[in-house]
Amino acid sequence: MADETSRLGLGNRIAVLFAVGGLLVSILLALSTLVLTRRQLIESREGAAAAMAVANATRLSNQLTPDSSIEDIQAIADSLTRLEGGQRIIRLGNDWLPAPELNRDDLPPSLVLRLSGRTAGQVLAPVRGQPHFVVGIPLAAFDADYYAVVDLMEVSETLDDLRIILLGAGAATTVLAALLGSWAARRMLRPLRRVRGAAEAIAGGRLDTRLGPQADPDLDRLSDSFNEMARALEERIHRDARFASDVSHELRSPLTTLMAGVGVLEARRDELSDRSRIALDLLVEDLERFNRLVNEMLEISGYDAGVAALDLTEVDLVRFLRATAAEDPSLTLVLPPGTGSLVIDADKRRLARVMANLLDNARRHAGGSTVLSMEHDEVIRISVEDEGPGIPVHERQEIFDRFARGSAGGRRGAGGGTGLGLSLVTEDLRLHQGRVWVEDRVDGRSGARFVLELPLTPLVGKSEMEW
Amino acid sequence: MGQHREMSTRILTVEDDERIRTAVRMALEEEGWDVEETASGEEALDAFRRQPADVVLIDIMLPGIDGFEVCRNIRRLGDVPIVMVTARSDSHDVVAGLEAGADDYLRKPFDPKELSARIRALLRRVRSDDVQPNQIHVGDLEVLPEEGVVRQAGNEVHLTRTEFRLLVELATADGRVLSREDLLEKVWGYDYFGDGRLVDVHVRRLRTKIEPDPGNPRYVTTIRGMGYKFQG
Repeated sequence: MADETSRLGLGNRIAVLFAVGGLLVSILLALSTLVLTRRQLIESREGAAAAMAVANATRLSNQLTPDSSIEDIQAIADSLTRLEGGQRIIRLGNDWLPAPELNRDDLPPSLVLRLSGRTAGQVLAPVRGQPHFVVGIPLAAFDADYYAVVDLMEVSETLDDLRIILLGAGAATTVLAALLGSWAARRMLRPLRRVRGAAEAIAGGRLDTRLGPQADPDLDRLSDSFNEMARALEERIHRDARFASDVSHELRSPLTTLMAGVGVLEARRDELSDRSRIALDLLVEDLERFNRLVNEMLEISGYDAGVAALDLTEVDLVRFLRATAAEDPSLTLVLPPGTGSLVIDADKRRLARVMANLLDNARRHAGGSTVLSMEHDEVIRISVEDEGPGIPVHERQEIFDRFARGSAGGRRGAGGGTGLGLSLVTEDLRLHQGRVWVEDRVDGRSGARFVLELPLTPLVGKSEMEW
Repeated sequence: MGQHREMSTRILTVEDDERIRTAVRMALEEEGWDVEETASGEEALDAFRRQPADVVLIDIMLPGIDGFEVCRNIRRLGDVPIVMVTARSDSHDVVAGLEAGADDYLRKPFDPKELSARIRALLRRVRSDDVQPNQIHVGDLEVLPEEGVVRQAGNEVHLTRTEFRLLVELATADGRVLSREDLLEKVWGYDYFGDGRLVDVHVRRLRTKIEPDPGNPRYVTTIRGMGYKFQG
């Protein structure tokens, strides 16, 4: 239950709270209004009825003679003033003059008993199922009683009306309170929505996003804390990026010395003994791998720090793929017939690395790629196929992880990869708003098929890079 | 390109890291070049003033005046091919280096054989094996490929060797559009995967020298999605 309410959201909860408050206040007000009004109405009705009854009893008493029979009384009674909704019953000796709709049996027995003791009385009692006010006055000079029976219909009708009005008012108050609540909540949450927007902007990479000053001192503190957090985060990320850049410089300098030194040794290869030559070959191979590893780690730290950016230029994919295929004689390029050129805005260096990594991966695990193909409709799909054992379904996701070692890639032999190549492919494709996956060859033969998907965007922006 | 010419080709290197300086000098010497090494920008400028080198190799990160400044100063002193060396991975340094007047760039660490290939490409003369007119005359622009002279409205325009070769390639293409990759190959000796920004920056520099209104080029125009074209 508590979970249920907390899942409602702060804004809705405030609205509900306001509505419940409004409802409670309405109910309280309505009840007290009803009770007070009812008492007031009944008292005034009672007062009027009692006064009228006393006056009528006096007049009846004055007009009565000792010889009067119950028939005479009828005439007298008709001349008496009558309260609306009021009726009278008169007893003379053992005779009763009934009212048009009531007779003596309808009178409350307690009152009749009381009058038999020759004292006046009044009682609020149900008569024929309806609440009535009954006044009984003994006529002092005669063996007679005057009863006035006044219904409280008018009172209950008034109260019914009032009840409907109060119900409506209560409902309106509740709805108004709910609206007020949701308005207040929206108003209150507006700064929070700004915070949310800013947080989303930061998450989206706009690290310099900050909140403006708030009107409310409490919110101002929130906004200050938020900005402080954003500043610290930005600084941290930039520090990481700077660190990556520094590491880059620090590692590249000794690598430059190593490569130049190895270059000298290679140039003088003939002067080396067989043993030294083998050592040199090992050195060259692992220097190459180390160099790649450093470059790829730096690229990855660039992605992680969110500073990796595309150097967009016009790239004719047809020429690009022809140039790629030309580097590997075992690769067959398959293009849709009639494809002259397909120019997109892309980062040529990154695309070239993507292809190099895929071809390198196939070379190491599947004896090299055999088919490079491209097709395009709404998107561009470039596929690289090999004739190796293929990638088992359960490894098709994880081979794109950093330092992933699939069953086929357990060995790190000579010419082994860095373990970062395919994860860089993923990141480079993501930067291009594309994606990469691996599947079975479509022709049913053994082998893996890596598919690169790129959006087919119309050539946008500058046709020439300007700085 | 005979060995005898390379022997006489002098390369001035600027690198503050002594180990790199020594190793690169030795590797370049193995490739047959004559190397003069300096450890700072000031030293390099002094050495160049004393005796201009045929090629200058500048590391961007230097104590004192930085590589960009050295590049600008040497560019003022002559048309000598300049290769920038950067250790940073962001593209800002590359662009800034080209803007400062460098003809080409390399990222650290580099293969000394690759460096030699770059230097050789930059030292190439206008290819004389191609059949080309010995004079191109368009509007006020006059290009003499054989003599290496360009005149704009009769006044000689000063172009670097690379700018000149770029102009000749464009001007002798018979009005064909040359892609960035075509120009990378013809002028710099790169394969398809070279950096197209080399072309873009050099075209821009060329325009400021030969175009009456560089913002609205009349001779070297950009063809969207294709490359550059010389309007004959």
